[in-house]
Amino acid sequence: MIQINNLSKKYKNTDYYSVKDLNLTISEGEIFGLLGPNGAGKTTLISMLSSLLRPTAGSFSIANLNYSENQKELKQLIGTVPQEYALYPSLTALENLMYFGSMYGIKKPALKNDITSHLETLGLSKFANQKIKTFSGGMKRRINLIAGILHKPKVLFLDEPTVGVDVQSRNAIIDHLKELNKNGTTIIYTSHHMNEAEEFCTRVAIIDHGSIVVKGEPKKLINEQQGAQHLEDVFLAITGKALRDYA
Amino acid sequence: MHKLLASAYKEFLLLTRDIGGLAVLFFMPLLLVIVITTVQDGTFKTIKQNKVSIILVDNDKGEVSKTILENLKTSEMFNISEQSNENQAQELIQNGKYQLAIVIPENLSDDLNLKIAENVSGILEKFGVDEGELSAEKSNIKAKEVKLYFDPATQFSFRNSIKSGINQMVSKIETKTIYKAFQEEISEDPYEEIFDTESFISFKEIIPNSGKQAMIPNSTQHNIPAWSLFAIFFIILPLSINMVKEKNQGTFVRLRTHPVAYATVLGGKALVFLVVSLVQFALMLLVGIYLFPLIGLPQLDVSGRLPLLFVVAFFAGLAAVGLGLLLGTIAKSQEQTAPFGATFVVILAAIGGVWVPVFAMPKLMQTLSNLSPMNWGLNAFYDVFLRNVGFVEILPEIGLLTLFFIATTLIAIIYYKRKNAV
Repeated sequence: MIQINNLSKKYKNTDYYSVKDLNLTISEGEIFGLLGPNGAGKTTLISMLSSLLRPTAGSFSIANLNYSENQKELKQLIGTVPQEYALYPSLTALENLMYFGSMYGIKKPALKNDITSHLETLGLSKFANQKIKTFSGGMKRRINLIAGILHKPKVLFLDEPTVGVDVQSRNAIIDHLKELNKNGTTIIYTSHHMNEAEEFCTRVAIIDHGSIVVKGEPKKLINEQQGAQHLEDVFLAITGKALRDYA
Repeated sequence: MHKLLASAYKEFLLLTRDIGGLAVLFFMPLLLVIVITTVQDGTFKTIKQNKVSIILVDNDKGEVSKTILENLKTSEMFNISEQSNENQAQELIQNGKYQLAIVIPENLSDDLNLKIAENVSGILEKFGVDEGELSAEKSNIKAKEVKLYFDPATQFSFRNSIKSGINQMVSKIETKTIYKAFQEEISEDPYEEIFDTESFISFKEIIPNSGKQAMIPNSTQHNIPAWSLFAIFFIILPLSINMVKEKNQGTFVRLRTHPVAYATVLGGKALVFLVVSLVQFALMLLVGIYLFPLIGLPQLDVSGRLPLLFVVAFFAGLAAVGLGLLLGTIAKSQEQTAPFGATFVVILAAIGGVWVPVFAMPKLMQTLSNLSPMNWGLNAFYDVFLRNVGFVEILPEIGLLTLFFIATTLIAIIYYKRKNAV
């Protein structure tokens, strides 16, 4: 489904690569977790795959569509849920979703039905006509997710979709993503929650300093790492315990 | 089309949700036009009705100073206070209590009469008319100086018009004295009228109207178009701030992952803000027509011009929106857009002739004014408001405004594409 070949990204005025010569193949129907410490290059990779950043070198294709030649088709095919809420605070949940759905070219009656269904699944029906600025962090995260899946994308990129939310909201989001995956959406997501990734992902890749250090099924990686009981043990063994602060 | 309308609807919602911002957007331009017109109308009245406070220091106490005083009184432009001390008058002017002090020198009447009598006698002697008398030796009379002290706060134009008025008055007195001297020399009867001392040449002020309905320009007729245009261009501020806000909220980034052209996003904004500028203009007209007469200002006359006025407002709004879209695309923060946008509009207004007419500007600024979209808009408004022209005559100006919109929007799109190329 996704074929990444020697993908690199070096930002202006930096002397290092945020993503360097990255090769990866993600199959259709996978839930693929990109794990890594802060500044490892996860968001940069997701941004390039979502057509938000131009790669410095290398290429990738999604569903056999090359990123540089099929921009419009790719955008219709993929969905992106950014780390920021990326919603209009003074508009209601429904107004926000109607707008973002319209930007995918979805017409009103079908769009409204889909929105109603997603809101119901994620427990937000009664807040549909409430302004986003009155929502809690967890509620905003759920609306943020709906805004990225209204057009039923084949591939969904999520950048830390459960960061800063309570357990209930996280469960609701993960359950909804599992449901989408069941219906055929390939999911690529980044997270700092190792337990969540261990339980949720079919495969993960641990990225550090812009390169994939290790990849595979979570259980297999745990078994291969001596003394590891959870994915977090594997993660710390590979990336170390030193703090990763970037200014 | 569906995406464009959805974008426009979203912009409409964002705008109407910010009631405070919306009120400011409509109320401030109205306040601006009311204040400016009242001030300018007041300046006009200051000269015609309100009277300027002046001091007259009469060191002459003669015929000339009496005539000057009478003329000043007859003009009904001044409140005259007589002082005997020049230093005291100077102090009062310096303190800003009075705007002008006229100091008439000692013996002005006597010396003027003497000087003219001498000159007249000399001339008549040359012609042999004054044969009986011996030519007296020339007295050594020095030229007299009427001093004018101005309040430093008075404007250059005010000082110039006063100087020119006084000059005219003194010339008239001199001329009359010359005639009188001739009359006294030639005629035995002092009451015999040999010369007609009234001015032979007079002026008549006419506003050409090419056979169409005449329009007498007043402060309202001048101010509404100028300040409406200023307000229309101020739309670049809320528009660019709106775009920067979207960048900061992350919604712009989200939109970049959607299959929607940047031109469509800009189109939605352009539609709504264009309507806002037209509503603003309509409110300005309503204020000029209905509110101004109630507060003692001249009424705005739009009879027969309404459709053309809205045509000009539409294209001026288009140019302003284009500029706002460009600024919003380039700017990264509200700290960049707000001061730059506000200052830039003021600069465009200044070189566009909103404050000082273009013809009164230095040559370089006159050339620069040709590049200001506000100048094109203002010329089109004046063409419609004051020169009573038709659609064809304003085509060059609205053509330039349209080109400006196309150019700024295209630059915004190209900049965005280059900046965000993947």
